[in-house]
Amino acid sequence: MAEPLVLTPQQIIRKKAAGEPVEPDDQELTSQHTIVVLVENSIGAFIRVVNMFSARGFNIESVTVGVTDDPTISRMNIVTTGNERIIAQILRQLSRLVETIEVTDLTGTDFVERELCLLKVRYTGRSRAEILDINSIFQGKVVDITCETMTVELRGPSQKINAFIKMMQPHNIVEVARSGRVAMQRDHTSI
Amino acid sequence: MRYDTHTKVQPVVAGDVLPEPNPEISAETRRMSGAEILLRSLEAEGVKIVFGHPGGAVIKVYDEMARIKPTFQHILVRHEQGGTHAAEGYAKATGKVGTVLVTSGPGATNTVTGITDAYMDSVPIVVFTGQVPTGLIGNDAFQECDAMGVTRSITKHSYLVRDVRDLARTIKEAYHIARTGRPGPVLVDLPKDVLMAEAPFHYPESVSLRGYAIPEAGRPEKITRAARMIMESQRPIFYVGGGAINSNASESLTEFAQHARIPVTTTLHGLGAFPEDDVLALRMLGMHGTWWANQAVQHCDLIIAVGARFDDRVTGKLDSWAPHAKVIHIEIDQSCISKNVFADCAILGDVNTVLKQLRPLVEPKDTSEWLAQIEAWRQECPLEYEQDGKLRAQFIIEAMREKTQGDAVVLTDVGQHQMWTAQYFRFLHPRTHITSGGLGTMGFGMPAAMGAAFGLREAKSDRPVVCISGDGGFVMNAQELSVAAAHKLPLKLAVINNRFLGMVRQWQELFHMERYSHTDLSDTNPDFVKLAEAHHCVGLRASTPDEALGIIDEAWKVHDRPTVMEFQVAKEEMVFPMVPAGAATGDMITKRMTPNSFV
Repeated sequence: MAEPLVLTPQQIIRKKAAGEPVEPDDQELTSQHTIVVLVENSIGAFIRVVNMFSARGFNIESVTVGVTDDPTISRMNIVTTGNERIIAQILRQLSRLVETIEVTDLTGTDFVERELCLLKVRYTGRSRAEILDINSIFQGKVVDITCETMTVELRGPSQKINAFIKMMQPHNIVEVARSGRVAMQRDHTSI
Repeated sequence: MRYDTHTKVQPVVAGDVLPEPNPEISAETRRMSGAEILLRSLEAEGVKIVFGHPGGAVIKVYDEMARIKPTFQHILVRHEQGGTHAAEGYAKATGKVGTVLVTSGPGATNTVTGITDAYMDSVPIVVFTGQVPTGLIGNDAFQECDAMGVTRSITKHSYLVRDVRDLARTIKEAYHIARTGRPGPVLVDLPKDVLMAEAPFHYPESVSLRGYAIPEAGRPEKITRAARMIMESQRPIFYVGGGAINSNASESLTEFAQHARIPVTTTLHGLGAFPEDDVLALRMLGMHGTWWANQAVQHCDLIIAVGARFDDRVTGKLDSWAPHAKVIHIEIDQSCISKNVFADCAILGDVNTVLKQLRPLVEPKDTSEWLAQIEAWRQECPLEYEQDGKLRAQFIIEAMREKTQGDAVVLTDVGQHQMWTAQYFRFLHPRTHITSGGLGTMGFGMPAAMGAAFGLREAKSDRPVVCISGDGGFVMNAQELSVAAAHKLPLKLAVINNRFLGMVRQWQELFHMERYSHTDLSDTNPDFVKLAEAHHCVGLRASTPDEALGIIDEAWKVHDRPTVMEFQVAKEEMVFPMVPAGAATGDMITKRMTPNSFV
């Protein structure tokens, strides 16, 4: 029987699985997605969401949770990676849970994301000025200082925090605490 | 966050007072124990039968049961796993929610296999597990088990009730969630102190679950698009799964397919959704499906998937499955859409409702050429087995089909006999084929048959309940035989005894150089006739086709207890055709390739 002329999306997926070239070939690219999930404010709902990721073999790069202005609803911000198909599966599996109220993939929309980082670093007379210098470039804030260490607070997009930690690496970092990302759409819309 | 599941430390929040009593409750509403609230809630929910086993944590429930004598029947099973399978069998035979009541710890863990089975096969059951008192949770108390934690990824939803005042509402929600949407198991964990505490009883009329949407009608633009795709197709097929039966769509589907002249293939769970004696019936597809159904899939240009999930046992190697087909997927569970196979047109909704929406938009099609092609494939490789006078499972299944004329509820265990039943029984009606498909639980058949028989008795149906098992699976829950006997259930229990774990043996022969590692059961099999008799059942044995026909006749004359029919069959028989695991559907093995002197 004759092969149809136009490939269906299903065939595109299969051709790719067989390693044959297909155009456009950007459908299977893995990318990072920031997903916001509104759930019932309970430990059970939170665990169920996280458990879904582990039970079905999806990645979680970062997860944060906190109550919203409505005390019965918690907002989870999840950063995950996957190709289009996997992300679609994640969104569907999340929506399917009884205690999830709203699931939104912010990736592709205009959104603000922030992360908080506390970094404790050991300083010497020689390094102190340089540490403070880096800190001021990144607009960090010294929140605690002893005669040996200082603790700085930095907030911003995750890349900024990554860059900051990288700059601090030559110095004697004692410990780093990162909050994980929170995110919100920029315009007047809400989820 | 609010701690609704157990944690070692309960946060103390200022102003965290207990909620006000519900104003709807009239002043004269009697206060009662949590245990009685549970029983009254089950009555209010219309539960007719509970499969259970008592223990320390639920002793109060059993005490109240003896005192108030609820309107439902309690069946004392002999193992909690048997109880969950019985509830599944009941649910699948009747379309109602099955109910299980067990104690904490081992009672809860023994239900895990049954719960997983129900989760994989979308069976609505509610499992009530006892729990140690809330004050002891997390303390490694006697018979403590974190039932919520253990079952989190195998339930549709689960609850731990911490306050007796939440109990009735929780039960209402549990049944609602189990029954609606894509059905599934719900677990309700009941600490002993909650069962002992008192509260007024009020069973809510409705539930309010803001995060839980139940898809109903499909979106009109999708319906129009699907109708256009059907009209444009030259070689369409229906691929029907268990969702069609859960949604009671059998009638709409049959009428639709016959009207549009579209052939129908079903999955293991779809068997019975479309009458297999119809000319449009392709029978089962997939690993042990028919040659012609699989050929039709490989050559069709449109698959209309109805309540099916493109399981790996159906598709085999995904990237060569149905290479010419566009896919319309009618499905109630959004997570099944485009999970394994991309859906060109996905219609989220209740299968029956969507089929009714779609039907008026589809004109009868001329598919005669396509049907003729399928007929040619049917002639090319029909289902057949050797007729050499030896007793074979296929013969037994056909004999029981003949005996019942297809008007029976047939349950199976898991393995070769299961596939032969699917191939040879030719099912005509929905809810007449019940099996463990997704999880493949050996030991499912017998207790599930018991549950189904209770369901039929409740519905005053006189359809016989036939269970086909292998010698491997039958012993795994054989303890329930005496329960079925005590309740005078006239089950027809066939044990296809090839003295081997047949399906594993088949794989060992085909793919593992005939190394029959630990699949020979001849030393460890019980005497099945004595086993039956020890459980107050009738035991019969046959080893030739004539004897087989004789004991089937005899079994059908028994009306007051189960009959176990042991059929001693050739161990070398294999299930064909077969798509080896992970192979392309086009590469079916149609018969034994190397001659074997034993056969």
